[in-house]
Amino acid sequence: MDTHIKIRNLSVRYAERVVLDNINLEIPRQQITVIMGPSGCGKTTLLKGINRFLELVDDAHVSGQVLIDGQDIYDPGVDVTEIRKNVGLLAQRPYSLPMSIYDNVAYGMRIHQMYRNGPEMDEKVQHYLEEAGLWEEVKDRLHKPAVALSIGQQQRLCLARGLAVNPAVLLGDEPTSALDPISAQHIEQRLIALKQEYTIVLVTHILRQAKRLADYVIFMYLGEMVECGPAQQVFERPQQERTRAYLAGQF
Amino acid sequence: MKKRWARRHIIEAIFKALMVISFALVAGSLALILWTILSKGLPAMNWAMITQTSSGGYYLGKTGGILNAILGSLYMAGGGTVLALILGLPIALYLETYLDNLAWGRYVRLALDVLWGIPSIVYGAFGFLVMLALGMRASMLGGIIVLTLLELPILTRAMDEIIRMMPDELEQAALALGSTRLEVALRVVTRQMLPGIVTAVLLAFGRGIGDAASVLFTAGYTDRIPTSLLQPVASLPLAVYFQLSMPYPEVQKRAYAAALILTLIVLAVSLGSRWLAGRFNKNVIR
Amino acid sequence: MSPPKPNHPGEGRENRPSLISRRRSDQLAGRLFFVFSVIPVALAILILGLLIYKSWPLLKTHFLWQLLFGQVWKPEDGLFGFWPFIAGTFWVTLAALVLAVPPSLLTAIYLSEYAGRTLRTFMKPLLDLLAAIPSVVYGVWGTIAIVPLIQNALIPFINRHFWNIPLISSQNPTGYGILAGAIVLAIMIVPFIIAVLYEILENVPKGLKEASLAVGTTKLQTVRWAILPGVLPGLVAGVVLGASRALGETMAVMMVVGNVIQVPHSILDAAYPLPALIANNYGEMMSIPLYDSALMTAALILMIFILMFNIASALVLQRVLGRKWV
Repeated sequence: MDTHIKIRNLSVRYAERVVLDNINLEIPRQQITVIMGPSGCGKTTLLKGINRFLELVDDAHVSGQVLIDGQDIYDPGVDVTEIRKNVGLLAQRPYSLPMSIYDNVAYGMRIHQMYRNGPEMDEKVQHYLEEAGLWEEVKDRLHKPAVALSIGQQQRLCLARGLAVNPAVLLGDEPTSALDPISAQHIEQRLIALKQEYTIVLVTHILRQAKRLADYVIFMYLGEMVECGPAQQVFERPQQERTRAYLAGQF
Repeated sequence: MKKRWARRHIIEAIFKALMVISFALVAGSLALILWTILSKGLPAMNWAMITQTSSGGYYLGKTGGILNAILGSLYMAGGGTVLALILGLPIALYLETYLDNLAWGRYVRLALDVLWGIPSIVYGAFGFLVMLALGMRASMLGGIIVLTLLELPILTRAMDEIIRMMPDELEQAALALGSTRLEVALRVVTRQMLPGIVTAVLLAFGRGIGDAASVLFTAGYTDRIPTSLLQPVASLPLAVYFQLSMPYPEVQKRAYAAALILTLIVLAVSLGSRWLAGRFNKNVIR
Repeated sequence: MSPPKPNHPGEGRENRPSLISRRRSDQLAGRLFFVFSVIPVALAILILGLLIYKSWPLLKTHFLWQLLFGQVWKPEDGLFGFWPFIAGTFWVTLAALVLAVPPSLLTAIYLSEYAGRTLRTFMKPLLDLLAAIPSVVYGVWGTIAIVPLIQNALIPFINRHFWNIPLISSQNPTGYGILAGAIVLAIMIVPFIIAVLYEILENVPKGLKEASLAVGTTKLQTVRWAILPGVLPGLVAGVVLGASRALGETMAVMMVVGNVIQVPHSILDAAYPLPALIANNYGEMMSIPLYDSALMTAALILMIFILMFNIASALVLQRVLGRKWV
């Protein structure tokens, strides 16, 4: 397996409560990895450990290492804004920034001063909107406020915004759970297309979605990593009792 | 790549420094004020200040104290707070339990906001006009009335906010058992929100006892210990103000002591209400 | 055969005595409480009305324009130009805002975005204490600490280096003046402004901040580009609210601002704000004709300004905070 992200001895606690207990796993490059498990098992915490969003929580204590291409992102010398540029996040509820559609997509590119404003930026904005599958629907109203979009469109806008800073990894925290079925399907299709270029890590509590999308599966339970492996293997020949129980719908 | 990294972090570092400086300024100014009052007021403090009144040669620099002002302030602020509570609690309870017409509720709250924004000098002027019209002289009663007016919006607003924080389910549970609204108001709401109400009362009291502009016209000033509602009465804020403007340094020093006493009272009330609010949060049903 | 009667004691008898009396007291209380609720409305109307009524003798014999912008104040000659007082009020308030708003905004942002929990819990009682200190005590502090500082350190310094700059140069400045008043006033309104701004910032949904941070911004960039544009009206409203508080402050300002009837031209000039006018002269109200009306007019002007500011900012804050009132 071509490992992109390696997680070593990652433990996370909120005040005294242990949420992740000594996680060790590897995430393959340019595939869709799905982290699944019942609610409260720590999958979102694990996800947020990869883009250092845990620091936004009061009283969160993180120990261990998360190595992306061999570099530990929790190393003190590392700049967290560069990490987050490299690891994008598609959140559960889409939040568009209080600006136009164009400016939303250009936001990250301007922050990191990646391109000059003008035709160069226009081209990039179009490119990423196309990657997110939104271009056709908004090309005539690029400078209208983004809040006017439907929720499915907003999620795709967030996708475009996240891709625009050219990450290597794309995280998704239940990215379709707030959407209607058609928009959800839209997003799923985009993600499948995008895995050609990006390493995608998704969290979901919908088993069927995991089966649709996953190339690689990580099953978590109560803060522990129970089982991981290629999707077909885990779904058809689960090794652990708890995995079997979960797949059978017992909890 | 490295150059871009440096710039935005440098800007953030500069602003972070500015933020910390601002924070320190704000915290520091409190310390500075308290320290100044303490260091100027403490040397002038002695037992006489709080046990004797200002008769005799007090204003010329001889012995005496401001017991008249201390008692006067306590009586007036106490009276004003009690009256404000008697008027304000029904209003707050009404807004929570009895309100049927939402538009009326909006008007009442709007009026309370307007009253809340009126500065104490205008309340003083208003009180003065009313007293003139009624033929009253400057007296403790006048001071109490004006303080009631001043404290009413503060108290009612604070109680309204507290009472609104009560979970609806609690009220509905009581109503579902067949209580009348009055019973809900008196037995459930008031009991549940009692610490919050006491906090609001302390808040209003602290505001009232420290106010000078409102009692300036309406309470008068005197050297005697207050014995009657219809006579002028001294107050701590005015004691500070008048003594500070006297040309004798000994008297001015006593102004500092009076300011210290007033500050201590207000701080005690403020900290006390904060402590109570802390206890309140532990008991409230969420 | 008729169905058996239900086994609940008292059911079927609607008018149990205790129920009647409970209902009656409920209704009585309802009406009584309603009457109480009329009090704030009546009071607000009454205060406004009485002030207008008492100002009327002056208002009907002088043009409003002359009153508001007239620069000569000689009540014994029948000249009532309020402009020196209005200008003085605005000088002090504006200067106080200039001093108070930047640190307040920075502190609010710091508390909301950067500070840890301990610092935040420490700040709340601190701001409460600052807000609780009475006006006279601020006045005493201003007289002891600020006025001498300006008089003995700042003024000689300015005289030596900057003696000709407009807005700063003044004839015969003492420590008592607009600057002293502004400094004292600024500290008095800081806790209030911080509280309002902080609440606005806390009201921003966490998801929005995270959406911006996720592309790799610094916290400051998130504040500047993702948060501030949305809350700007609210921030302005908060400042306006602080201004309305500052307008009404009487004692502290009065004790350090100099109380000289003149139109100020520099922050070192002495001024005579409207509240000080009322407070200093109520004793002579009855001795000069129309003087009492004039002082009530001053109170009326003050109140109208404060009302305008309050209503304007409340409308904006209602939307930003999503609450019915501020």
